[in-house]
Amino acid sequence: MPEKPSVRAVLLGALPFLAMCFSVPLWDRIDPIVLGMPFNFFWLVLWIPLSSLCLWMAYRVDRHRR
Amino acid sequence: MRSSLLPIGIISAIVLLGSGIGLLAGSRRKMDLEQWTVGGRGFGLILVWLLMAGEVYTTFSFLGASGWAYSRGAPALYILAYITLGYVVSFFILPPIWEMGRKFSLQTQSDFFETRYQSKALAALVSLSSVAFLIPYLEIQIAGLGIIAQISSFDRIGRAPAMIIAVALVAAFVFAGGIRAVAWVSILKDALMIFAALAVGIGVPYIYFGGIGPMFSALAHTRPAHLVMPGATANMGHAWYISTVLLTSLGFYMWPHTFAAAFTARSAAVLRRNAIVMPLYTLSLVFIFFTGFTALLVVPGLANGDLALFTLVRKAFPNWFLGLIGGAGALTAMVPAAILLLTAATLFAKNVYRPLFAPAMSESQIARLARAMVIVLGLLTLYFAIYSSTTLVSLLLLGYAGVTQFFPGIVLGLYSNRVTKSAVFAGLLTGLLTLCFLMFSNHDPFLGINAGFFALCLNFTVTFVLIRGQKKNRLLSIPTTPRSTPK
Repeated sequence: MPEKPSVRAVLLGALPFLAMCFSVPLWDRIDPIVLGMPFNFFWLVLWIPLSSLCLWMAYRVDRHRR
Repeated sequence: MRSSLLPIGIISAIVLLGSGIGLLAGSRRKMDLEQWTVGGRGFGLILVWLLMAGEVYTTFSFLGASGWAYSRGAPALYILAYITLGYVVSFFILPPIWEMGRKFSLQTQSDFFETRYQSKALAALVSLSSVAFLIPYLEIQIAGLGIIAQISSFDRIGRAPAMIIAVALVAAFVFAGGIRAVAWVSILKDALMIFAALAVGIGVPYIYFGGIGPMFSALAHTRPAHLVMPGATANMGHAWYISTVLLTSLGFYMWPHTFAAAFTARSAAVLRRNAIVMPLYTLSLVFIFFTGFTALLVVPGLANGDLALFTLVRKAFPNWFLGLIGGAGALTAMVPAAILLLTAATLFAKNVYRPLFAPAMSESQIARLARAMVIVLGLLTLYFAIYSSTTLVSLLLLGYAGVTQFFPGIVLGLYSNRVTKSAVFAGLLTGLLTLCFLMFSNHDPFLGINAGFFALCLNFTVTFVLIRGQKKNRLLSIPTTPRSTPK
C-alpha cells in the first residue's frame, strides 16, 4: 500500500478545486473586465499558474517524507 | 482560386518531418514489448512532459475548444478548469500507480486491475470497454485531420486521401518506434502548436479589433449572454459546470493511454514535477479560446463550430501561414492518434487476446501481435473515419464518462486495503450500465448534472456499500508492501 499524501498536501490540492470548480457562481460574470478579459475568463487564467504553485508547495511539504 | 500549392507543400513537409522524427526515434533500440509500450521505464521529466502534452492536446483542443467558444460560449471555460484540475489529481495518483507499475512490471491499465484485484474477469471487463472507448477517440482524431487537410488546401486535398496517408504514416512510426517515437514527434508538434496558438490567438483579435480587450468589449456589447454560463446553450449552467469539471478532471488520467504514460517515467518524482509544470501548458489553450470568440464576431453563422478556427485563419492570414497552421493541426491529430493506436493494440494483444485465446503466449509473441494490431486497428479506424457518422461524436462523450468509471477501482485500489474485486466489479458495471442507459436515451445532462457524474456517484455508492457489507476475514491480501504507519 503506497504512503498516503499528508493532510496539508491534500488541502493544497483541494484549493484549485475550490477556486476553479465549486465556486463558479461567485466568479461567473463579465465585470470587472481584467487585462481585457471578462472576469470569469480572467479568474480561470489566473488560477492556472496558481494551481502549479499549489502543487509545488504540496511537493515541498511532502518531500521530506520520501 | 488562390494558389493552394504553397499550403499543401508546407503541410506535407511538416507531416513528413514529424513522421521522419518518429521513424528515427526508435531505430537504434531493440524493441521488445517493455521498450515499445513503456519506453523501458526510463523517461525523464522532458520526455514525460512531451508524451503527456502530446497525448492531451489533441484535435479536440485545437478545433473543439475554439468550436465550443464559438458555438456555446462560456460553458467552454470548463476545458481550462478540467485540464488544470486533471493535473492536480495526477499529482496524487500517478506516483503510487508508478510504484505499483515498477514493482509488478505493469504495462497497461488492465494489468493494474488484474494484479491489484487478482481477477481476470475484472481485467477483461476493463480491457473490452477500454478498447471500445478508444476507437471513437482515435476516429475523431483522424476525422479532424481530414477536415484540417481539406480546409487548409482549399479543398484540393480530399478528406479520404489525407486520412489514408496520415494513418499509414502514424502506423509506420508506431510500428517501428513505439512510445518513444510518439514522445519524439511531440517535440515538433508541441512547438508548432504553441506557435500556432499564440500567433492566431493574438493575431486575429489584433487584425479585426486592435487587440484582445477591444474584441471582448465588442462581444460583451453585442452578445453579453454568450460570455456567462449557460452561454448559447439551454442547459449548461453552474450545476452542469461543476459536475462536468469533476467528472472530466477525475477521468483525465483514467484513459488507458494517459494512465499507461505514467509507467514510462524514470521515477515517481518525475511524475510529481511533471504535474507541477503541466498546467502552464494549458495557458496555450487560452489563446485558442480568443480565436473562437473572435470568429463568432467575424465569421458568424457557421453550421459547424469546429470549422471556426480554420475558417478564420484562412480569411485573415496569407496562404503560407495557413499551411503552417494546417501542419500544426495535422500533427496535433497524428500524435494522439499514434498513442491511441499503440495503447489499443497493446490492450488487445495483452489483455484481451492472450487471456481469452492463448494463455501461454510469450512476451515476444504479444509484442508481435500488438504490432500487427497497429495495422489492423489503423485500417478499422480509417473505415470508420471515411464512412463516419455523427453518432461517433456521442460515442466519444460516452467514452470520457465511461473511462471515469474506472476511478473508484483505481483510487480505492491504491489507498484502501478493504476494497474487494466483487465490490469494484459491481460498482463498475453499475456505472457503465447507468451511463449507457442515460446517454442512449438522451438524458444527458440528467437533472441538470452531467450524466457521467451521476453514474460515477452510483458507482462509488455501490462499491462502498459492498465494501462495508463484507466481513473482515474476507479481506483481500494486497500484493504490495505492508501498510506504513500513519504519521
